[in-house]
Amino acid sequence: MKKLYTQISSIQTNVSLFLGLMLIMGLPSLFTGCKSVESVTNVGSAIGVATGMLTDSQADSLKKTTIAVARSFQDITPEQEYYIGRTVGAVILEKYRPYTNKSALTYVNILGQTLAKASDQPETFGGYHFLILDSDEINAFAAPGGLIFLTRGMLSCCRNEDALAAVLAHEIGHVQSKHGLQAIKKSRITTALTTIGVEGTKTFAGEQLATLTQTFGESITDITKTLVNNGYSRELEQEADRSAILILERVGYNPNGLVDMLQEMNRRLKPGGLDFAKTHPAPIKRIENISSIIGPYTPVVEPKLRKFRFDRIIAKK
Amino acid sequence: MNVKKTTTLILTIICIGSITALAAGLPSMSVQVKKGEVRSTPSFLGKIVARLSYGDQVQVQGKKGAWMLVDLVDSGNGWIHASALTRKNIVLRAGQTDAQQAADSDEIALAGKGFNEQVENEFKAQNPTIDYTWIDKMENIVISRKQMLYFLQKGGLNPEGGS
Repeated sequence: MKKLYTQISSIQTNVSLFLGLMLIMGLPSLFTGCKSVESVTNVGSAIGVATGMLTDSQADSLKKTTIAVARSFQDITPEQEYYIGRTVGAVILEKYRPYTNKSALTYVNILGQTLAKASDQPETFGGYHFLILDSDEINAFAAPGGLIFLTRGMLSCCRNEDALAAVLAHEIGHVQSKHGLQAIKKSRITTALTTIGVEGTKTFAGEQLATLTQTFGESITDITKTLVNNGYSRELEQEADRSAILILERVGYNPNGLVDMLQEMNRRLKPGGLDFAKTHPAPIKRIENISSIIGPYTPVVEPKLRKFRFDRIIAKK
Repeated sequence: MNVKKTTTLILTIICIGSITALAAGLPSMSVQVKKGEVRSTPSFLGKIVARLSYGDQVQVQGKKGAWMLVDLVDSGNGWIHASALTRKNIVLRAGQTDAQQAADSDEIALAGKGFNEQVENEFKAQNPTIDYTWIDKMENIVISRKQMLYFLQKGGLNPEGGS
């Protein structure tokens, strides 16, 4: 009997020790991960109840579920990313007119979609699509989900297909790493996701629709402000350049096409300009970073047909 | 029964249970893109053998790099890129219970939730000057597998490129 008690007690001790260790290891990460989100939700729930948008029980449920729900831009589903991207694109097109030349449009889409298939995120909810903007400004934008825009000014920085491929691959890099979504303020993501948490039907009712639409509009502004005015951080730009190099190498382009394009851009950019000069690190700085990855410069040598199609469709426009 | 035997029995049951679950539980995944294309080979240049819709569930039979071999409803199987799939169960017509489960768990995603077509329409109504015509036109630009293959071959590029 005494032996049995000793065994039981030994098993209990081991189990307690194991559970204790699990708790010690697990709790800090839980607290650090959720603290800021919880405080946002508490405020949000209080406002929701005070304004009559939420009942007490909905607010309680919201508070409970937020700990599990609210995380970050990574929790935005591909479907939601798609709707965000569509409106970001539409807002960009308020400022720029599309360049509708059919052969140029088809060419950038074949090139762009071929590159996208070689990225780490070849499939998005609505797929990758490319549009040329009829502007001399040197610029390119990637809306979440894969809608990519580049200006004719940017096209003129590309002397060959490898350089144009580099521009598109850089923008695909922004899409695959969800840089656009990262520009959305976290509190808006919490609002969007918690509205999902309290709403069960497919169609949102008036107040919930109003809240979601307001949050949607604010999220679009966060992204377009970053794309058009503020630019991404140097780190995110470097990440997009690294992705571009990888994509170019996978497809068989010389990544020095990116260097060629940046050198040409450096010659053309006007200091203080409202385009890439404003939103991107200086081309020379980017070249330094790219060269540290791909090594010494080797000139782009184009096969005859590759050069021919680029010259015919893009360079002559 | 002494404690040692009981413990052994419990451990054995747990082991057998896990093995059974592993053997039976080939992962089921959901299509998380609007149009899921299943191909004859693990490559975007492979012929399309089936088209799947958002939320469709597939049984994964194998994996090669980032490509998943999945069972087809009619017969046979085919390859779909992992980025088109999610381990979450996508609920197309969610009720309140699904909403609560989705909120509590990483296992479920609700289709049409949050920023959806209804929200886009409401945003359009509030911002009538924003024009989506070219966004819709962009989305309708479809590049075929043949166009892509021709482009790669003529350009002296790598048809095997891609993840």
